Order: sequence, then structure tokens, then C-alpha cells
Amino acid sequence: MNSITASLQPAAKPRPRLRLPGARTWLAAGQWFVTLLLCAFLIVPVVMSIMAGLTVNYFKGVSSGLTLRWLAEVWTQYHGSVFLSLEVAAATLVVTLLTGVPAGYVLARSKTRLSRIIEEFLVLPIALPGLASALALLVVYGGFTVFRMSVAFIVVGHVVFTLPFMVRAVAAVCASSDLRTLEEGAASLGASFLQRFVTIVLPNARPGIVAGALAVLTLSIGEFNLTWMLHTPDTKTLPVGLADTYASLRIEIGSAYTILFFIMTMPLLVAMQWLGVDATGQRSAAKKRVTASSSKSPQP
Amino acid sequence: MKLASVPAAVPIALTQCAKTFRGTRVLEPLDLHIGAGETLVLLGPSGCGKTTTLRMIAGLETPDAGGRIAFGADDVTALPIEKRQVGMVFQSYALFPNLTVRGNIGYGLKIRRVPAETVRQRVDELLGMMRLTAHADKPIDQLSGGQRQRVALARALAVQPRVLLLDEPLTALDARLRDALRSQMNTLLRELGITTVYVTHDQAEAMELGDRIVVMSAGRIEQIGSPREIYYRPANRTVAQFVGTINRLAGERRDGMLTTTGGAVPLPAGSTHASPAHEIFFRPEDAYLADPAHAQLRGHIESTAFLGERTRLTVGGAAPDALLIDVAGRVELARGTPVGISIAQDALIALS
Repeated sequence: MNSITASLQPAAKPRPRLRLPGARTWLAAGQWFVTLLLCAFLIVPVVMSIMAGLTVNYFKGVSSGLTLRWLAEVWTQYHGSVFLSLEVAAATLVVTLLTGVPAGYVLARSKTRLSRIIEEFLVLPIALPGLASALALLVVYGGFTVFRMSVAFIVVGHVVFTLPFMVRAVAAVCASSDLRTLEEGAASLGASFLQRFVTIVLPNARPGIVAGALAVLTLSIGEFNLTWMLHTPDTKTLPVGLADTYASLRIEIGSAYTILFFIMTMPLLVAMQWLGVDATGQRSAAKKRVTASSSKSPQP
Repeated sequence: MKLASVPAAVPIALTQCAKTFRGTRVLEPLDLHIGAGETLVLLGPSGCGKTTTLRMIAGLETPDAGGRIAFGADDVTALPIEKRQVGMVFQSYALFPNLTVRGNIGYGLKIRRVPAETVRQRVDELLGMMRLTAHADKPIDQLSGGQRQRVALARALAVQPRVLLLDEPLTALDARLRDALRSQMNTLLRELGITTVYVTHDQAEAMELGDRIVVMSAGRIEQIGSPREIYYRPANRTVAQFVGTINRLAGERRDGMLTTTGGAVPLPAGSTHASPAHEIFFRPEDAYLADPAHAQLRGHIESTAFLGERTRLTVGGAAPDALLIDVAGRVELARGTPVGISIAQDALIALS
């Protein structure tokens, strides 16, 4: 409702100057209307879900009062899952960094057919349902009981699923001809491969690495399909716990759980957005500095 | 301005160096000898193999089997670039955006584990030489194009390379700056006395900087010679057409004269050819306007282009091809004006 009045106001304002709002004004108003309607369509369920987690009785509505009781209950019951999820995400990140960064670099540099095939295979876990990857892992490694019962098993699953995101992000940066020339420049100055990799490739591939790392963290924390197949009662991650609460407890608790989830992933998503802008905006930020400094000292 | 302890210049020898990329021969086997301390310019249109040749000398490409590259007495064919001790300036400069100007210039020394104090001294020295002292601690993206070019050059010189390799170092700059930096570069290269290979497609750069010029086209060397030799005695049409502007007079040879559409030109002595069909070439600045009654060739003005210090006339009717003639800037001639042209006898160029 708000959106409609807001969008009509600018159309109404220019009246003193123009007798009728022009076609462009109507078009703009229409665009705003459609955009806001779509946003509302997506945002309202989220807001409702959050509200459900904060109301005393969902079926009576907000009139029954607001409470943090459900949130507290979820925390006491599931805080283990929160920490487990964070641990799994951290471990997944470490593994994908150690393997994905070099892999992305090599795939970007190599022009052989084999590397193209490997690239395709890396993407398979994204294309396949997580259930299928999980089943494959269970069939092959399910027999190793200690491994199968441990958190490491879930980490392996998450690495399979998230690695392509890291590899792709790193490969995209490394494939740029700029970075290749920088490496040649370093080589011409006597730097060995390892020296070039550490002093030139890694610092200049940082936007890609950071983007990949945030993708890995977010995906790992939110991963359900695969984890649901791989988990044991002792290795219940956040999304698996969420499914539990939805399936077996009152809707208020499930919704409170959603809030918990939000609190955990929102900072990551915001950071992703922020740094995503920064990855390209690094230069725009630097340019700002240039103009600032050139106003002080004119450059020849 | 002088750099401390400049290493002795070494000659470079390329023997039968060819290069094939995925089945395509981009460089025919070439032999090239570059004298110690010489500045050799590789000149040619894009795709002629000049950059490939430079990258082979640098060690960024390996020649096809059978090719050999030597720096002085060292055979460096098998050495990768990081072991060749070359200084290279890339067309895009390839400056490290994650380091400051100082960090860039000192990079090669740090890699060689030179003590920090020595690195600082040497970098300061180069900063001074390149007039970059005020910009020492700026990141690269705060520099102008000309400053970047000087950082790239300082960075390459910091490691005291045996050989300096420059890949179109002025191409990324605008015309006015390019002219200014070209003469600075010339002074610097003479001062350093280091063996230098300079790749460019700009003939003005080649003429000013090169002790010798290698004109390349389609993967082979067309001519090697001093700038004057290349300009006044081009080995063939490709060279003549690529370096400067050249006019063609086609006609028939009769009694030591070349008779063409608009008159006859005396042929230089000693030019003996069996067939009567013949052609001869000259540069636009070697012809002059003469009284049509006594001129060698007669034609009319087709168009004029005022270029400031000179006016370039396009003359039709004098020869099968329109002729370009350079006259003083103040000369004004209307279209269609009949003109006579004479050509200095010793300026005629015979090409095979």
C-alpha cells in the first residue's frame, strides 16, 4: 500500500508546471510499481517468517504479543549446531583455499584439453543434486566407520560441493592477461615461480580469492541436501537442525530458528556484496585517492 | 646521472631461431647478431614477428629446435627468463599494482636478496635519475602514463641487466609525450651503453633510437641496416613502403631514360635490365617543382595537404600512379594547376 502512494506522489507533483503528467512520468511510475510489487512478493514471506518467530502464538497473530522465548529455546537446544556449522564452514574454507587457489591458477594457465575436462568435472557437483554426490560418498567411504561418523565426513561433502566456486573465482582472475603480464614482469626481474606466485599472483588475485572464500562460507553454512544425507545425530549442522525443527516442533520455534540463521548468514552476505563491489571498486577507490592527491599537487 | 657499476655490455647472437605456434610458422629461421652496447630496433607492422623475436631473446618463448641464443659466450637458449639477467620493459609496463613505485623498482633486488640498505640506495639513485623521487611512495595507479613508463624503465635497470629489452615502450602514450620521451630515451640509452633491443612499429622511434634497424615483415627479416641505409637504400619494396613514403615511376626504358606518362627521367648509370619495362622510386622530399617547360615530368595538382612545415602535393598525370611531392609549407597551389616536377638524380631508388 505504502509503495503505491509513494510511487504516485512524484507523478502528482509536477502538476503545477505541466497540465498532465507526461508519458515518461507514467512509465517511471509504472516501473516503480512493478519493481516494488516484485520486491514485496519476495520480502513479505521473509518478514512473516521472522515475525512468526517472535510472536507468542502464531495462530492468534501479533496480538498475542511479542517474545524472545522461542529464540532462547532454539539457542539452548541447537547452539551446538551453530558452532558445528561454523567449524565445518571454517574447515571447508581452509581446504578449498589450499586446494582451490592453486587449482584455479593452474587451470587458468593450462591450455590443454585435459584441463578443460577437469574444469567440467569440477562443476558436476553443482549440476548434480546434492543427494547424488552424498550417496556416492556414502557408497565409497561409508564403510570407514570412524571417518563416516566424524565431522570430517561432512567437511568432505562440503568441499566437493563448494570447491568449484573457489576454483572458478580464482581462475577468472588468473586468466586475465594483465596478471599473466605481471608474472612475466616479475620473472624478467629474476623471480622464481614460487616467488612470483607469493609476491605477485596471490596479492593481485585477492579479489577473486576473497569472492571465492565468501561464496564457500555462505554455501557451506546453508548447505542442506548433501549434509542431510551425510549427517549423523552427532553431526547436525544448522540447516539440518532447521529441517528438524520444522518437522517436529511448533512453527514458532522453526521460525525462531530461521531468525538465528539470518543472524549468522546476513553478515556474510553483506560482506560479499560489500567486497563484491570492492573487487571492481578497488580501482574506483584508488581513483578517488588520485583525484584527492592531484588536487593538492598537480601531476606533470 | 651516471649509474654506479654498469656491467660490461655483451653481444647477443641468434642462430637459426624460428618459432612455430600450433603448427603455424610465425618466424622463419633467423640469424641476428647484436653488437655489445648497440641499440638494435626491430621494426615492422604488427604480426611481423618482431615481438616474438624479442620474447625469444628475453626467454619468454623458446625457439624451435635447432635455434640457439647466446649472450656473449653464454648459451642462454635453455635458460628461462628469470635466469637470463635481462631487463625488460613491457608495452603495458606490467607494473605491480600491489606495490608502490619504490617497491616496484626494488622488486628485482629484493628477489636477489640484496641487503635492504643497498636496495634503498640503489632505488633512490634510480628514482633521482628518472625524476620520480617525489612519487616514491605512491601506488602505481596514481601515476601518469609518462611516470609509469619511467618506473618500468627504472625497474628494469635496477637489476643491472646484461641486456635491455623494450617492447613498444612508448606506444601507450599520447603523441606529444611520446616525442618528448623518445629523445629522453635516446639520451639515456647512449649514456647507459647497454646492449638494447627495441621493438616498435613507429618508424620515427626506430630512426631516432636505432644504431641499426631490422625491418621485419611476415616472419622474416627484410633488411638490416643503419637508419640512413634503410631510408635511402631500401632493400626491396616492402622496406621502401613501410619506412617513409615512396613514389613509383613506371614506364619504358629508352636510351638511358625512363619514359613515363608525363615525361622522361634520366636513369642512374649502371642500371642495366633486359626488359624495357622498368620502374624507379623516389621519396616525396627529393622532387622539386620546376618550370613545366623544362621539367622532367609534367602533371597537374590533384590535391594538396598543408602539414605546417610542409605542403604535400598529390600530382596526377605525371606517372601511372599519383605522385606525392613535398614542398615548403607556404606554397599554395589550386587544384588542377599544371606543374612540372624534377627529381634529384642521386635520389632515384632502384628496387628489385
